[in-house]
Amino acid sequence: MSRRDTIAGLAAMAKAPAGALLVARDLGCTIAGRSLWNGVQLALNAGESWAITGPSGVGKTLLLRTLAGLRPADLGEIRLDGRSSEDWWMPAWRARVVYVAQRPALPEGTVEQALAAPFRLRIHRAHRFDAEAARHALGALGVDAAFLDQATTELSGGEAQLVALVRALSIEPRILLLDEPTASLDPDRTRRVEALLRAWLRTRERRACVWTGHDRAQVERVSDHVLALGRA
Amino acid sequence: MNPGYIHVGAWQLVLAALLIVINLVLSAWLRLGLTRSLVVASVRMVVQLLLVGLVLEYIFALQRPLPIIGIGLVMTCLAGIASVNRTRRRFRGVYLNSVLSVFAASFFVTGVAMLGIVDVRPWYTAQYAIPLLGMVLGNILNGTSLALDRFTESVSRERGLIEGDLALGATGWEAAHAIIKASLRTGMIPTINSMMVMGIVSLPGMMTGQMLAGAAPAAAVRYQIVIMFMIAAATALGALGVTVLAFRALFSDDHQLRLDRLQRASDDGWWKRFTGSIRRDERAAR
Repeated sequence: MSRRDTIAGLAAMAKAPAGALLVARDLGCTIAGRSLWNGVQLALNAGESWAITGPSGVGKTLLLRTLAGLRPADLGEIRLDGRSSEDWWMPAWRARVVYVAQRPALPEGTVEQALAAPFRLRIHRAHRFDAEAARHALGALGVDAAFLDQATTELSGGEAQLVALVRALSIEPRILLLDEPTASLDPDRTRRVEALLRAWLRTRERRACVWTGHDRAQVERVSDHVLALGRA
Repeated sequence: MNPGYIHVGAWQLVLAALLIVINLVLSAWLRLGLTRSLVVASVRMVVQLLLVGLVLEYIFALQRPLPIIGIGLVMTCLAGIASVNRTRRRFRGVYLNSVLSVFAASFFVTGVAMLGIVDVRPWYTAQYAIPLLGMVLGNILNGTSLALDRFTESVSRERGLIEGDLALGATGWEAAHAIIKASLRTGMIPTINSMMVMGIVSLPGMMTGQMLAGAAPAAAVRYQIVIMFMIAAATALGALGVTVLAFRALFSDDHQLRLDRLQRASDDGWWKRFTGSIRRDERAAR
C-alpha cells in the first residue's frame, strides 16, 4: 500500500471518534510466505462507506474476509465496538459484520428458501424471515416478486449477487463488507444497488459499509474514504 | 482331529494358481494393461495369506491375551492407514484420526459382541477374537474411507456454500452439518447394500467358510447375522469418529474453514504409487 494511502488511513483513524464501529490496526497478510499487504489501518465510523481499491490479485477479497473473521489475521488486530475480535464469539461477530462474496454460492432450492436459510441458524433464531421485506428490497433492485420462486441454480451471476445482498441485509448487520457487489450488474441495477445501500446506511444509526471495486467513478460516488492497496 | 472337509495340499494350490492364467491371457489379448498388477497382486495375496496362516497358527496355540491384543492392534493400525490411503485429500494428523476411530469402533463392538452376545470364554480365545475383529475391521475400513473421502472432497468443493453460511453467523458445525450427514450416509451405503441382498445375491464369506468346515447351514447363518449387526454398528461408529475428527481438524475454534490445512494426496513413495495403481485397476475392473 502506498505511503499516501497509509497516511489517509491514519488520518481517518485520528479523526475517528472513540465510538468507531470497526477498527483495524496494522493488519498484515502473508500468503505462502509472500506478503500481500501490510500496515493496513481502517477506522469505520457510523454512516461511513469505505472503498478498497487496487489491482486484481492485490488481496482486496482477503482483506474483506479477514475483517469478517473468515480467516485469521496474520498480523494486527481488529476491534468491533472496542472489543478485540479475539474476545468475540465469531458467529456473533459475523452476524454483525457480514461479508458478501463476489460470486456467492446459494443453497439448492428456491430464492425464497435461500433468503430464509439464515434464520435457521442459532444466532438468528430469535428473528423470523420477513418475506415482505425481502420482496420490497428485491423490488427496489428492480426484480419482480415471481423471482422468489425461481431455482437458485438458474440464477445469473448478477442475480445471485442481488439475492446474496438482500439476504445479508435481511439479518440486519451493522457492517456490510461487499466484494465487488455490482461486478455482474448492468448500469441500471448498479445504480439501484448504490441507492439501496445509501438508504440502508441512513435508515438506522451505527451502520457502515466497505466495498471493493475497480470502477473509479463508482468509488467516487459511493465512498467517503478510499483505501488503496498496492504491492508493497 | 479329523476335520470335516477336504484338505488342500500344495499341489492343489498350484493348480488353483493356474487359474490366474485366464486373467493373464485376457489382459494380454485385450491389452488391459493389467498383467503386471495381476502378477504382483497374486504374489502378494499368496505370500500374505501363507504368512498370516503361520502367525495365526502360532497365536492360536499360545492362548494368551497379550499376543492376541497385540495382533488385533496391528490389524487395527493397518486398517486405519489403508482407510486414509484411499482418500484424495489429506490433512495433518489424518492417519492418527483414522487409526483412533477404527480402534475405538472395532474394539468396542467386538468386545461387546464377544463378552455380551456370543459369550466367549475365556474372552481372549483367538478362534473367535481374530476372525470377528478381522471381519469388523475389513468393513470399517470401507466405511471410514468413504466417509473421510466424501467429507474432505465436499468441504473443498462446497467452500463457497460453507463460507456463505459462516459469513452470516453460522457456527462451524451448522455450516458443515449437511456435509457431515452426507459423509455418514456415504460411509454406511456399502453395509446397508450388503445387508439388503445378503443370502439372496451374495453368500457371505464367513458363512460359506463355516459351511465348508462342516457347520450346519442353520448354525452358520446365525453367526452371519451376529457379525452383520456388529459390522453395521462398528461401521457407523468408525465413520462418525473419522468424520467428526476431520471436522475438528478443518474447522478452527473461531469457526473458520481452514482449507489451507487440506492437501491433495501426491508424491507418494514407490510402494504407495504401486499399490495405488493396483487399487485403480480394481476400481476399473468393478
